[in-house]
Amino acid sequence: MVKGSLTMDQQVVSPETTTTRSVVEDPKITSGDVSVFYGAKQALFDVNLDIPRYAVTSLIGPSGCGKSTYLRCINRMNDTIPIARVTGEIKIDDQDIYDPDLDVVELRARVGMVFQKPNPFPKSIFENVAYGPRIHGLAKGKTDLEELVTTSLERAGLWDEVKDRINEPGTGLSGGQQQRLCIARAIATKPDIILMDEPCSALDPIATAKVEELMMELREKYTIVIVTHSMAQAQRVSQKTAFFHIGYMVEYGDTKQIFEDPQDKRTQDYIFGRFG
Amino acid sequence: MLSYLLLALLAVTIAAYFAGYSKARAFATGASDGSQHSLSGYHGAYVAAWAGIPSFLLVLLWLLFQGPVVDSLLVSSLPPDRVEGLDVGQLNLLVSEIKSVAKGNIFSEPDAVVLAAAERYNAWNAIANWAMVACALALAVGALFIARSKLAPRFRARNQVERITSALMIVCSLIAIFTTIGIVVSLLYETLRFFSMVSPLQFFFGLNWEPQIAMREDQVTSGGAFGAIPVYVGTLLIAFIAMLVATPIGLFSAVYLTEYASDGVRAVVKPLLEILAGIPTVVYGFFAVLTVAPAMRQFGELLGFSIAPNSALAAGAVMGIMLIPFISSLSDDALAAVPQSLRDGSYGLGATKGETITKVLLPAALPGIMGGILLAVSRAIGETMIVVMAAGIIAALTLNPFEPVTTVTVQIVTLLIGDTEFDNPKTLAAFALGLVLFLVTLCLNVIALSIVRKYREQYD
Ligand SMILES: Nc1ncnc2c1ncn2[C@@H]1O[C@H](COP(=O)(O)OP(=O)(O)OP(=O)(O)O)[C@@H](O)[C@H]1O
Ligand SMILES: [Mg+2]
Repeated sequence: MVKGSLTMDQQVVSPETTTTRSVVEDPKITSGDVSVFYGAKQALFDVNLDIPRYAVTSLIGPSGCGKSTYLRCINRMNDTIPIARVTGEIKIDDQDIYDPDLDVVELRARVGMVFQKPNPFPKSIFENVAYGPRIHGLAKGKTDLEELVTTSLERAGLWDEVKDRINEPGTGLSGGQQQRLCIARAIATKPDIILMDEPCSALDPIATAKVEELMMELREKYTIVIVTHSMAQAQRVSQKTAFFHIGYMVEYGDTKQIFEDPQDKRTQDYIFGRFG
Repeated sequence: MLSYLLLALLAVTIAAYFAGYSKARAFATGASDGSQHSLSGYHGAYVAAWAGIPSFLLVLLWLLFQGPVVDSLLVSSLPPDRVEGLDVGQLNLLVSEIKSVAKGNIFSEPDAVVLAAAERYNAWNAIANWAMVACALALAVGALFIARSKLAPRFRARNQVERITSALMIVCSLIAIFTTIGIVVSLLYETLRFFSMVSPLQFFFGLNWEPQIAMREDQVTSGGAFGAIPVYVGTLLIAFIAMLVATPIGLFSAVYLTEYASDGVRAVVKPLLEILAGIPTVVYGFFAVLTVAPAMRQFGELLGFSIAPNSALAAGAVMGIMLIPFISSLSDDALAAVPQSLRDGSYGLGATKGETITKVLLPAALPGIMGGILLAVSRAIGETMIVVMAAGIIAALTLNPFEPVTTVTVQIVTLLIGDTEFDNPKTLAAFALGLVLFLVTLCLNVIALSIVRKYREQYD
């Protein structure tokens, strides 16, 4: 982490420069020189990023710049891609998550993930939410499980809409409801981090507003990292923003500063719309 | 003669294509403002279709009717004193004698009437053949010119050609449908004849299947000989054993291939599994008789109980091996069709591979897998060669897999082998068995296909 080394020189636009303007006190997630390779192709170059707890952090940048790749490092979803290889160090609460002794299953229970396209299982709404608690043995009994499902749905703002049809298939909900169901499903495993990869890109403005509202509420209890293509959304929901560009994390800081006063030329070009 | 005619028609058709094409090209280059409705190729195809199809149909109809028409001419030309007093069979005999003389196969010295009739027969046939050639060619050429004269820049040749093609496709599918209907109707007809001799009650509920006994005149309808229950029980027993072998192996290999195998392993194992599907069933039959059954016998002796040389177990086990690729490839498709996003969702919640497979992938793919299993069951019930070779012929009512049993298909084969007359219940029983078999597999297939289709819609 290039903590504190404020590179303000706007002329130097070598890919390696990273502009970081705020030191994160007591970060939830720290990354040190994280690189990712897909086969021989390197998709992420030495990313250093400290993500604060109880806040929303946005990852923005042009398509293909490695936002999803970085996000998937945090819960080791890249392990499921045979050709992917991750180097560097990522720590959550000072624990190295790439430590060979660490159990991926435990990690993923702590780090929930919501995907770009809502992907409820072809099961009932109840079973969708109960899936995580069941496999991790989080509920003591039937009533306990029911309570956990109910509170998760409530926290995801979906309870009122589905309480009468809890045993109907989750795939029968609208897109926005499905996405909130997926959030409820992630919450139900009692994670402390929620990763969201473009969670609103398949939703209409009303459903988007609901999910955004939800993120702002969830922030009080969870650490949230969100990938988004909507700069308006990043400004609305996040406290910190990181700008990625062709595999490099270029600039990171408070959302307000990044959007109002970007330092790096590439960030300026992107935010003020001078790039593709 | 016929082949030359068909070649000539083909040549006319090709010529018609170029005639239409060149005419269309001419006005296409004349008016290059794009006012021509269809591409020149469509104009060519239009003329070709008119030249080729009606003349070809004419030839078909001609061939269909030429024989009967000439025959009836022949019969009516015979001298009345010769025909008088002959019944239908004798008349037919006479006609076929004339025909064989006409072909030049003279065995004994034919009488003058037959010789004269044979000559007339040959002459009429020659006339009919030449008339056919003339008519067909005239029709082809005539249609060519008429169709060609219709071509114009705004002529909608494309629409016409599309209509003709779709009609052709309908005809092709009708052939398949009518064949099926024909088979069903003949099965039904013979089955009804069978049931007029043997009561359906006996057939469906009788416990004794000994069709050979019924050969004896006095026992045609004697009770019990046509009780089909042992046959159906044998069929179900073997199918059950086969599914017991095929379902787990096929399913697990599909799960392994889609979820665990590396690309390299998959590239090798999948084709290997599909080779199993390409082995002729008679080879499986050898394998069952010569390898599996003796091995089972020896193994049984080791454990101290006897396994018959023809056992349901041997036939069922080998049939199960035959069905593995069926189940594995359909289950493989079903599992592969489960969207990656569901796997990601499950892994993202911290599920292990095993949990993801049992709790998400298999339930999601279940309809497809069920469809595969049902299709395999209908294959197992209809499979003939392996059971003919390995299962036995005697219809014993038993559920013991170490005993020989017999199946519907085996019985149909044995009933129809050798000298058969289609008016005794022994032979007709084959049709009743066949009809029931057909109905069962039809139902299974319909259910299986509708399940598979329903689940395909799920992820659209
Ligand atoms: N499974 C994979 N196999 C090979 N290359 C991959 C894979 N996933 C991503 N990549 C490559 O890694 C690079 C970064 O991809 P990534 O998905 O992280 O981009 P992104 O920033 O999320 O883009 P988008 O905004 O379009 O989602 C891209 O060049 C992409 O082609
Ligand atoms: Mg992405």
